[in-house]
Amino acid sequence: MAKNVGRIVGVNGNLLTVEFDQPVIQNEVAYAVTGKVKLKSEVIRIRGRYAEMQVFEDTTGLKVGDPVEFSGELLSVELGPGLLAQIYDGLQNPLPELAERLGFFLQRGNYLPALDRSKKWSFTPLVEKGAVVTAGEALGKVPESIFDHYIMVPFSFPGRYTVESVAPPGDYTVEHEIAVLKDEHGHEHKVSMLQRWPVKRPIRAYAERLRPSEPLVTKIRIIDTLFPVARGGTYCIPGPFGAGKTVLQQITSRHAEIDIVVIAACGERAGEVVETLREFPELTDPRTGRSLMERTLIICNTSSMPVAAREASVYTAVTVAEYYRQMGRDVLLLADSTSRWAQALREVSGRLEEIPGEEAFPAYLESVIAAFYERGGVVRLKNGEHGSVTIGGTVSPAGGNFDEPVTQSTLKVVGAFHGLSRERSDARRYPAIHPLESWSKYTGVADPELVERARRVLRRGNEVYQMMKVVGEEGTPLEDFLVHLKAEYLDAVYLQQDAFDEVDGATSAERQQYVFRKIVKILETNMTFKDRDAARSFFHGLTQTTKDWNRAPMESEDFKQIEQKIEKMVAEVTSYV
Amino acid sequence: MYKVYHRIEQIAGNVITVNAAGVSYRELAEVTSAEGVSLAQVIRLEGKRVFLQVFAGSRGIGTDARVRFLGHPMQTSFSEALLGRVFTGSGRPRDNGPAIEENMVDIGGPSVNPAKRIIPRNMVRTGIPMIDVFNTLVESQKLPIFSVAGEPYNQVLARIALQAEVDVIILGGMGLKFDDYLFFRDTLEEAGALSRAVLFIHTAADPTVECLLVPDIALAVAEQFALNDKRVLVLLTDMTNFADALKEIAITMEQIPSNRGYPGDLYSQLAARYEKAVDFDTAGSITILAVTTMPGDDVTHPVPDNTGYITEGQFYLRNGRIEPFGSLSRLKQLVNKRTREDHRTIMNTMIQLYAGFKETLEKQSMGFRMSAWDNKLLKYGEMFERELMDLGVNIPLEEALDRGWRILADCFEPAETGMPSDLLEKFWPREARPQDAGEEGGEPPAGEAEAAEQPQKSENDSEKEQEKASQE
Ligand SMILES: Nc1ncnc2c1ncn2[C@@H]1O[C@H](COP(=O)(O)OP(=O)(O)O)[C@@H](O)[C@H]1O
Ligand SMILES: [Mg+2]
Repeated sequence: MAKNVGRIVGVNGNLLTVEFDQPVIQNEVAYAVTGKVKLKSEVIRIRGRYAEMQVFEDTTGLKVGDPVEFSGELLSVELGPGLLAQIYDGLQNPLPELAERLGFFLQRGNYLPALDRSKKWSFTPLVEKGAVVTAGEALGKVPESIFDHYIMVPFSFPGRYTVESVAPPGDYTVEHEIAVLKDEHGHEHKVSMLQRWPVKRPIRAYAERLRPSEPLVTKIRIIDTLFPVARGGTYCIPGPFGAGKTVLQQITSRHAEIDIVVIAACGERAGEVVETLREFPELTDPRTGRSLMERTLIICNTSSMPVAAREASVYTAVTVAEYYRQMGRDVLLLADSTSRWAQALREVSGRLEEIPGEEAFPAYLESVIAAFYERGGVVRLKNGEHGSVTIGGTVSPAGGNFDEPVTQSTLKVVGAFHGLSRERSDARRYPAIHPLESWSKYTGVADPELVERARRVLRRGNEVYQMMKVVGEEGTPLEDFLVHLKAEYLDAVYLQQDAFDEVDGATSAERQQYVFRKIVKILETNMTFKDRDAARSFFHGLTQTTKDWNRAPMESEDFKQIEQKIEKMVAEVTSYV
Repeated sequence: MYKVYHRIEQIAGNVITVNAAGVSYRELAEVTSAEGVSLAQVIRLEGKRVFLQVFAGSRGIGTDARVRFLGHPMQTSFSEALLGRVFTGSGRPRDNGPAIEENMVDIGGPSVNPAKRIIPRNMVRTGIPMIDVFNTLVESQKLPIFSVAGEPYNQVLARIALQAEVDVIILGGMGLKFDDYLFFRDTLEEAGALSRAVLFIHTAADPTVECLLVPDIALAVAEQFALNDKRVLVLLTDMTNFADALKEIAITMEQIPSNRGYPGDLYSQLAARYEKAVDFDTAGSITILAVTTMPGDDVTHPVPDNTGYITEGQFYLRNGRIEPFGSLSRLKQLVNKRTREDHRTIMNTMIQLYAGFKETLEKQSMGFRMSAWDNKLLKYGEMFERELMDLGVNIPLEEALDRGWRILADCFEPAETGMPSDLLEKFWPREARPQDAGEEGGEPPAGEAEAAEQPQKSENDSEKEQEKASQE
């Protein structure tokens, strides 16, 4: 096949205009050649004989007339065993290997295979000659860190195939042929453990999509109880800088009850990724007893890495997440921050001189965001098992104002909204999720009826607090003042959580149910005090004790004793009408 | 050896267009006109048309100006000979010294592989208690000072630079007032620090385009020093001028602005510079301390807003003091567990009490009754501001911590601070009793104080949580 080569006629930042003669494909990958260096890029618009391409690298040195080699392939990722515990850039280059070869800097034009070609995996066939299979069905399996990694019929294979041969149990590399499949027309296709998939196309090799119904336990109380996330659901965390978006995602990536976590560090600080990648190998996953890194995969395209690859990175991440979902895994994708990805879109759109929408974001921003979150979901696989991709994205709104296009477009499509508030983070009320403005459409771990009652206390407490700012404490009736104190109590001992305390940092679903019931009961207890100071003093003590309770392991003797102490304290002020 | 072009097709803003072939993107050119010679950089290629941004500006350039392409992008020399010298944004000497052209390196190079970064671990001592105690600066941190015009931000920068234990200081001045430039130069000189400093200075009188080059050239030099095992401190003042220069170019190039005229890639542009801050796995480090003036004291203005999303915290400079609220060092917890055992507790307790003081001030201004506890807070707040917040205070961390204990002991009973008892046992000044108890309000009777103290205590709880959090 003759190479399809075009030539550069324009360079504007990372946008090239390329003249071509032979057919090109929208979203096709091409390489702009300058000297010995080939720069990966993607066709993003075609007009007449000209293709416009975004380059995933710095374009310094490109000239008009330089050749551009079209690959005929869409921007794709490699899928196969060996993805877990990896650290990739947005285009799936393994960063540690790049560092080994190139040293400190990410020199452009260097691309390495995502999966190790020499590593051998211990393969066990799961089908026999003559079996009939379709895309996504398992042909065999290999052990990968904590799981069986299924080797599946490539998702791109349409129709039904008959297994002609399958490799016997043994150790093979990812490119080794492990099966030959015959299609309905009698053509034979060789299959290895490695397949490619274009990142912008959702993987759909499953039986059906289901409604997310089971809660994904994050062990963060305000989330699981008040604003739950469902397995296969989607949620967003908008918040001004410094409000705690990244910390929230970091603790979720540690504690969430999920099989695999894919972290997409998209256009934010490199230092934050460094913390994860240096610390996770040292931390133990309580669910498996193995290192946390073994269930984690990092796609890292931080703020100073090329902008176009930033856009690719969220797609790379979600494609890998979908891949593991096809094996029946529950996968959580955490993207920090989706605003940076939206800004990457805006930069390109600006260079393409498209008609801008609000704040110069492209008019299609909303549909792009919607399509991305649509890739979350629970599916029933062809073998009857379920798998899911849950997507949580942070949003970094300009000026901390949620009234902006990215936040608003995201809110339209996600199932839960965890809005971080500057006042709460300033007051060190972590996690700074706003208890009145946030929402979730999913069902959490606690009894919904109790949750509603707790919400009522929060709302009333806030009303009193607002009033108190005007009339002062002296002008507030004791009864109202009590509502305020109760709301503050709920906030302090349940909504706030010491992320780094061994016990308080992660609260199991069972414990949340137990404790929440107790606390709502306290909130609904009628109490008598002689004056406001006495009431405040009581709640101070109660808060203190309840926090101690939060720090006691549930199965410990302490837990029981403190619980009794709380009951006794409450009984002493209870008014029996 | 390079072809010379004589015909300028278009001049708009500081951008000129010539028809030329074989020119590469971001290549440099020399533009010669009646005004003299200026460097220019290719910022767009469109068929035959080459768009050049002229560093000295387009004023006085005729359509017959000569353009000679140099065949390479913007570079800077790197050698020890740079130390003690002053240059313009495009690297020309501005101190009558000789030009330095050895060992040229490209500016604006690629970013560091995250896999080669390490978690920062060294504190940078500044002698400013509001930094050392409350928002510790860490080697390799990138941190701006958010400030309104008129605040002494350059004085603060200079002070930190002189106090910090670093090997090399690089100053990037953007839109600097000439007097401020002289202030920096003289201050460094007097302190004997000029010999380990390199200055890249763009003053308000210089062409705008050169302003754009300052961070890149300063950071490229910093990077080379860091690769040679040096601990480098880069001072950038004022990044808002840099952003405004970006805005000007974007408008010239008819880019669609995203927010108040700033280009949509403002975030990426700023990040590309700030992310140069690094602690290399097996070499030196770059710490970046910048100034971002906030137009109209508005932190939601696009420049401080985008900056806050990029940097690892910020210092708010207001009324000549570094404000405890809003100021943040995101990296402080990486170092303050190893300074002194009472550091975190002092940090949290004093800030929480200061927050109480602010609330009391508010209540006072609304005419609500002052309780005994309120009066204690008023006294505390005043002492805190005078003895720790004031920028005139210049003491080592340990002394600042001791002073913190003394202020607390002057104002409160130990239990009122909610500090862990083992620390109180060890650090609470024994003989300390309020000296000036007779002052306004006097000492409140203990009982009254206790009742009023309750909300304070509950704040201290979240502090303790905070502290615990940081200890991880
Ligand atoms: N849950 C938390 N517990 C304790 N401290 C927190 C918490 N969340 C945030 N912080 C503090 O706030 C700082 C900024 O948080 P971060 O998540 O980086 O903010 P964002 O990503 O929203 O800009 C952190 O460095 C930490 O000091
Ligand atoms: Mg963040």
